[in-house]
Amino acid sequence: MRFMMMIKLEEEGAGPADGPSEQMMTEMGKLMDEMTKAGVLLDTAGLQPTAEGTQIQWDHGKLNVVDGPFTEAKEVIGGYAIIQAKSKEEAVEWAKRFVRLHGDDWKLTSEVRQIEEPPEDWG
Amino acid sequence: MTVGDTQSTIDAVWRLESPKLIARVARLVRDVGLAEELAQDVFVIALEQWPESGVPDNPGAWLMATAKHRAIDQLRRGERLEKKYAQLARDLATSPDDGYEPDLDAFDDDIGDDMLRLVFTACHPVLSREARVALTLRLLGGLTTPEIARAYLVPESTIQQRIVRAKRTIAKKKIPYEIPQGSELASRLSSVLEVVYLIFNEGYAATAGDDWVRPELGEDALRLGRVLAGLMPKEPEVHGLVALMEIQASRFAARVGPSGEAILLFDQDRSRWDHLLIRRGLAALDRAEHLGGHAGRYVLQASIAACHARARTADETNWSRIAALYWALGQIMPSPIVELNRAVAVGEAVGPAAGLDLIDQLGDSLPGYHLLHSVRGDLLERLKRFDEAREEFETAASQATNERERTLLRDRAATCVGRV
Repeated sequence: MRFMMMIKLEEEGAGPADGPSEQMMTEMGKLMDEMTKAGVLLDTAGLQPTAEGTQIQWDHGKLNVVDGPFTEAKEVIGGYAIIQAKSKEEAVEWAKRFVRLHGDDWKLTSEVRQIEEPPEDWG
Repeated sequence: MTVGDTQSTIDAVWRLESPKLIARVARLVRDVGLAEELAQDVFVIALEQWPESGVPDNPGAWLMATAKHRAIDQLRRGERLEKKYAQLARDLATSPDDGYEPDLDAFDDDIGDDMLRLVFTACHPVLSREARVALTLRLLGGLTTPEIARAYLVPESTIQQRIVRAKRTIAKKKIPYEIPQGSELASRLSSVLEVVYLIFNEGYAATAGDDWVRPELGEDALRLGRVLAGLMPKEPEVHGLVALMEIQASRFAARVGPSGEAILLFDQDRSRWDHLLIRRGLAALDRAEHLGGHAGRYVLQASIAACHARARTADETNWSRIAALYWALGQIMPSPIVELNRAVAVGEAVGPAAGLDLIDQLGDSLPGYHLLHSVRGDLLERLKRFDEAREEFETAASQATNERERTLLRDRAATCVGRV
């Protein structure tokens, strides 16, 4: 089964003002490498700031296009990873490892959601 | 955290960490069977302690450190016994460093080499294919015996016995725990790749019964393949195998229709192909090609799979290239199956008569093989030789072991009736 691991954090103030430390980036690289080599990590990417994003809203027949930043949103999705695991617990275990490497200076959430499999039998 | 939560966390951690643990401990104790037992002991300790103490921050490091102590204890105990047998009066407790010095640095260096040692031991050609498969899933895939038994639809005791015997054989034949070097590497590597591809195929095309695909085994094999690619990044065939599996797996969902019937490659809804896996497969093939050298059997098969994956519609398939790739594959892996596939490609690239010529050259080399008759039927149908085509489809249906495939072939036979 596959899971999407979404990284949610506040755009301002989730971590140190001068950004992620070099050590954290090294640890992050190591974990990504480990996940790749374990055959678990299928795809991952970071997302640009919401200031660059656009919301296309649909409200019962009315279309509304709003450019970022979206002031009402506190936590935003900063990135994602698609992983293959044999159980949700396994996916959760990787997510724990991911958040832990951020150390004491960060506040963030990793949300793990199983990706719907295409139905094996449509009958 | 409840005990149940901790249990499922430990199960997950077992799958992630046990291969590394076994690989490393085996280097220390020079015995894969014993290493697995020690790793299991360590997880039993975790199971006892973690519900009380909580799961450690770094469970992998905790397990490795505990395994190290267990392994050293084990070595000392063994040593003690030997000394007793030798009737030495010295008390080892006062001079514990006497004698055999285990390779303690082993616990600090890169795990990759130990994983490779484990890979080559589990897939050693001295073991039967079945034993290699079971041992690989258990030691490297982190699957439990019941999980393997379920995947292969056999009783647990069968798998259990297979694994016990395999470990005994490894010990009895004194298979060294090492990475093969030089000229031995190629043949040993092909044994490893064969095992992974066997597992994949078991998942991809169930040969009997009503199940067309058992996707879990396919996923296990893919994962193992990716692990191998991480361990042996310079071997083009490893990337070739990964590419082949990723691309074939991309079609899992499209292979079965609304009422469970099989859908052949040509008729599949390509929007249902998994484009993430296709992209990964093409990237793996790219890596293999960049490494250069003679294209081996997996790189060639992956290249063929890639031709299909790159075609947005069946009509856009580059059949001439596929025909050429099958020819090349036939040169290094001569087989009537490869020739049959080449005939299909030639039938598309050149025309049904040319394909039929190639099949007729096969003679009786594939007795009882339903696909031969199914392909022949297809070519004959395109040549408007409907009576002969119907006969071929009927023969194919009578030989197919998969119920759904049989139905598909009978339907095709029926459509040939009464046409001129």
